[in-house]
Amino acid sequence: METPDEALARAAAVGDREAFAALLDRHYDRILRLGWRLLGSVAEAEDLAQDICLGLSAKIAGFRAEARFSTWLHRVVVNAAHDRRRRAATRAKAADGWGDWEQARRAEAAEAAAAADWLGRAMAALPEDLRDTVALVLGEEMTHREAGEALGLSEGTVSWRMSEVKRHLRALAAAEEGE
Amino acid sequence: MSDELEKLKAALKAAEPAPDTARKAEALARAMAEFERVQGSAEAARPMSDRPGKGAGFWTGATAMISRLTTRATLAGTASVAVIALGLAVIGPNLRLPTGARLEQETTTAPPAPATVADAPAPPSGEDRTSGLAGGRERSDAEGAVGDYRGNVGQTEADAVAPGERLALESTLEAQPAPLPQSAPEPAPMAEAEAADEAFTRNEEQSAARTAPSISGGLAAPAPAAQDVMVAPEPDTEAYPGAEPNPLKVTTEAPVSTFSIDVDTASYAVVRSSLNAGSLPPQGAVRIEEMINYFPYDWPAPGDDEAPFRTNVSVLETPWNPGTRLVTVALQGRKQAEEERPPLNLVFLIDTSGSMQDANKLPLLKQSFRLMLSELRPEDEVAIVTYAGSAGQVLAPTPASDRAAILGALARLEAGGSTAGQAGLAQAYATARGMAEDGELTRVVLATDGDFNVGISDPEALKDYIARERESGTYLSVLGFGRGNLDDATMQALAQNGNGTAAYIDTLNEARKVLVDELSGALFPIADDVKVQIEWNPATVAEYRLIGYETRALAREDFNNDRVDAGEIGAGHSVTAIYEITPVGSDAVMTEPLRYGTPEATGTASEFGFLRLRYKEPGEDTSRLIETPIGLDTGEGGSEARFAAAIAGFGQLLTGATYLGDWGWDEAIALATSARGEDPFGYRAEAVGLMRLAQSLSR
Repeated sequence: METPDEALARAAAVGDREAFAALLDRHYDRILRLGWRLLGSVAEAEDLAQDICLGLSAKIAGFRAEARFSTWLHRVVVNAAHDRRRRAATRAKAADGWGDWEQARRAEAAEAAAAADWLGRAMAALPEDLRDTVALVLGEEMTHREAGEALGLSEGTVSWRMSEVKRHLRALAAAEEGE
Repeated sequence: MSDELEKLKAALKAAEPAPDTARKAEALARAMAEFERVQGSAEAARPMSDRPGKGAGFWTGATAMISRLTTRATLAGTASVAVIALGLAVIGPNLRLPTGARLEQETTTAPPAPATVADAPAPPSGEDRTSGLAGGRERSDAEGAVGDYRGNVGQTEADAVAPGERLALESTLEAQPAPLPQSAPEPAPMAEAEAADEAFTRNEEQSAARTAPSISGGLAAPAPAAQDVMVAPEPDTEAYPGAEPNPLKVTTEAPVSTFSIDVDTASYAVVRSSLNAGSLPPQGAVRIEEMINYFPYDWPAPGDDEAPFRTNVSVLETPWNPGTRLVTVALQGRKQAEEERPPLNLVFLIDTSGSMQDANKLPLLKQSFRLMLSELRPEDEVAIVTYAGSAGQVLAPTPASDRAAILGALARLEAGGSTAGQAGLAQAYATARGMAEDGELTRVVLATDGDFNVGISDPEALKDYIARERESGTYLSVLGFGRGNLDDATMQALAQNGNGTAAYIDTLNEARKVLVDELSGALFPIADDVKVQIEWNPATVAEYRLIGYETRALAREDFNNDRVDAGEIGAGHSVTAIYEITPVGSDAVMTEPLRYGTPEATGTASEFGFLRLRYKEPGEDTSRLIETPIGLDTGEGGSEARFAAAIAGFGQLLTGATYLGDWGWDEAIALATSARGEDPFGYRAEAVGLMRLAQSLSR
C-alpha cells in the first residue's frame, strides 16, 4: 500500500523533504508525458518538467487538501504548458517584428515537422484547447468530469470538445483520402 | 468511443516518450535543492503517522550524489551504472564475480522486496529464486534485443561492476533512517543489521526503478520500448531567416544599393556543423556574407591618422561568368595593439535551461570561457548571470586576475539551482551598468542554445529595451551552442539590435577562433553603425547584384539617417561585400533595354561606380562620411579577392546557384585551393575540405 499522494503533498507542504522527493519521483514521468502531449516536443517537455519540478517547492504550499493531488498537478502542468506556449508565441512575434522573412521561415519549418506523421498532423489539426482536452481525456484517460476539473471547465464543455475533436479528425481523414 | 478517437489515443500512447534518466535525475536533484532553499533549514519535518519508523532514504543519498556530479556525461554514466546494478541484482548469483557472493547473500537475506519494480523477481527462497532468476535473465535477453541502451543490462564487464558496487555502497552509506513512504510498509521493528541489509536491497531496486524507469517498465511490458522506434512528432525547432537571394538590378532603374555591414560568422559554423554531420545545410541557414566574413583576410590596414578602417576595392573577372566582373569591397578595421585596449567589463548571461546539458553546449561553453579567461588582463572584470531554471547573478563582478573565483563559479554553473527568476537580461544589463566606468568597454555576452526566454516577453519591450541599452553604450554578443533548437533568426536579430555580433560555436576550435583569436575584434568596436552605399554608373554598368547581405539591406534614405542602426566593426575585423556587375556592352547582359523611356546614361565613362561609407566613432551620435570612386582600372585584389569569390561561389552552390551556369563544385574547389594563400590557422584549408564534403553530399 502506498502512502496516498494527498498525504505526501500535505507533508511536503509543511517541509517534509522525503515526502516531497517521493512525490516528485512518483509523478515526474507523468508530468513529462503530459507535457509532451500538450507541447508535442520531447525537449520542450523536458524543460517544462524541470521548470515544474523547480516551481513545485513553492507551489506545494498552495495545495488544498480537499482536492485530489493528481487533479491539482494536472492543472499545474496544463497552466505551465499554456504559459510556455504563450511565451513561445511571443518569441515568435518578437522575431517577426524584426522582419517578415522569419515568419515565413518559421511557418515552413513548423509545417514540415508537423507533416512528419499522422499523429503530428492530427494534433496539429486541432486547435490548442482541443489539444489540451485530448491530452487529458485520451492521454491521461481521465473522465470528462476529471478533465473538466483540471482545465477549469464544466463536464459538458469537455464532452462537447471531444465531439469537436471527432469532427476535426473525420475532416482530416476525408482530406487525406481526397489527396 | 469512436474509431477516430481510438486511433488518436493509440497513436498518442505509441509515441509517448520515455523519460530521459539523466534529465529526470537532474530535474529532481535541482527541485530538491530548490525545496531546501524554500524551506530553509527545516531538515526534520513533522513526522507522519503513516511512515514506518525505520529504513533508508535512498533519495537523500542519490540527491547528494547527483548534485556532486557535473556533466551530463557523468549523469548518463551513473544511470547506466544503476542499470548494471539492476542486472546484478537480477542475475547476480549466476555470475562468477567477486561481488556476486555478496549480492547473492544480500538478496537472499532480504525480506520480500516491495513491489516497486513491477515484475522484478523477488526471491524469497532458494528454488523460487532460481526460477525467478531464470525469468529475469530471459527478460534481460529480450531487453537486449530491444535497444542497445537496455542491452547494457546483461553486461558483466568487471570494470563496470566495480562502480556498480560503489554506487550501491555509497547509497547505503548515505542512507539515513528516514524512510521513503513510497513502498509497502515493512515489518515494523527490525534489528539494525537487517535494516541495513534491507536498505541495501531496496536501494538497488529503487535506484533501478528510479533512475531507469524505462527499464523497469521494459521488464514488465515492452511498451515504453516504443521509444526506440518512436514516431514521436518532435519538430526540429531551428529557425533561420531564409531570405530570398538579392535579385539582379538594372542600373538605369535602380542605380543605388545600400546595406549595413555584417560581421557575424554564425552562418559558416552552422553550415560546417551540418556538413560534418553528413547533410547539406538548410538553405535558410546559408548567409553568404557571413561565410565570406568568417575568414581572416590580409587586406591593407589603415594608418594611424586615417579613419578607423580602410576601404579596399578590387575588380576581377567573375570565375563563373567571363562576361561579368566581381567588385569586392573590403573594409579592414584598424588593428589595435592588445596593450592599448581599454579595460573590459564582460557580463556573461548564460542559459542554464535543461537543454543546455549536452556536451556540445554548457560543457563546451565552460571550456571556451576558460580559454578566453587566459587572454584577459588583470584589470578586466567578469561577472556571470544565469537564466532559465535558475536565475541570478552567480558571480559578482570579479577582476580577471582572480581566476580561482571565476573558474569556481563556472564549474558550479549547472549544480546551482536558486531562484527561478525571469529577469536574466535585465539583470545582466544592470550588472553591466554597475561595472561600467569612463574609458572602459562593457559587453554582455549571451550564451544560449536557442531559448530566448530572457525575462522580457513583450516583443516591443524587448526591442526597445535592447535598443535603449545599446544607447547606453553596452554592447551585446550572442553565442549559439548546439543544434536542434537553435533559433538562428532570433539570435541574429538580437545581436543586430544590440550592437553586437552573433557567432555559432560548435567546436572548441571555433570557440578559440571567436573568443581568443578574435578577442580584440569581437570585443572592441572601433566604428559603429557602418553603412555602405554604392551608386552604380549606368554608363559603364548595365546590371548588378549584391551577393549575400539579404538580411542587411537598407533603404536608400536610411544611409544618411543617423538614427537607423547598422553593423559594427571591431578592431582588426575585416568586412567584405561582393557585387557581380555586368559592364555595358557585355554579352552577359540578361535584361533587354526598355523600348520606352530609358533614361539617358550620363555618367563619366571612367568609373564603375561611387562608394560611400558612413560610420560613427564609438559613443558618437553623428556619422562621418567616406567617399571612394571605383575606377575602371581598379586592381584585382590578388588571392584575397579570389578566395572571397570562391566562398561566394560555395555559398551560392549551397543555395541554388541561379547565376553560376556550368560552374560547379570542381571549379569552386580549384579556385579556393589556388587562392588559399598563407592560411596560418588552416581556416581556408578547412573550407576546401567542406566544399569536397558538400560536393559528395549533393551528388
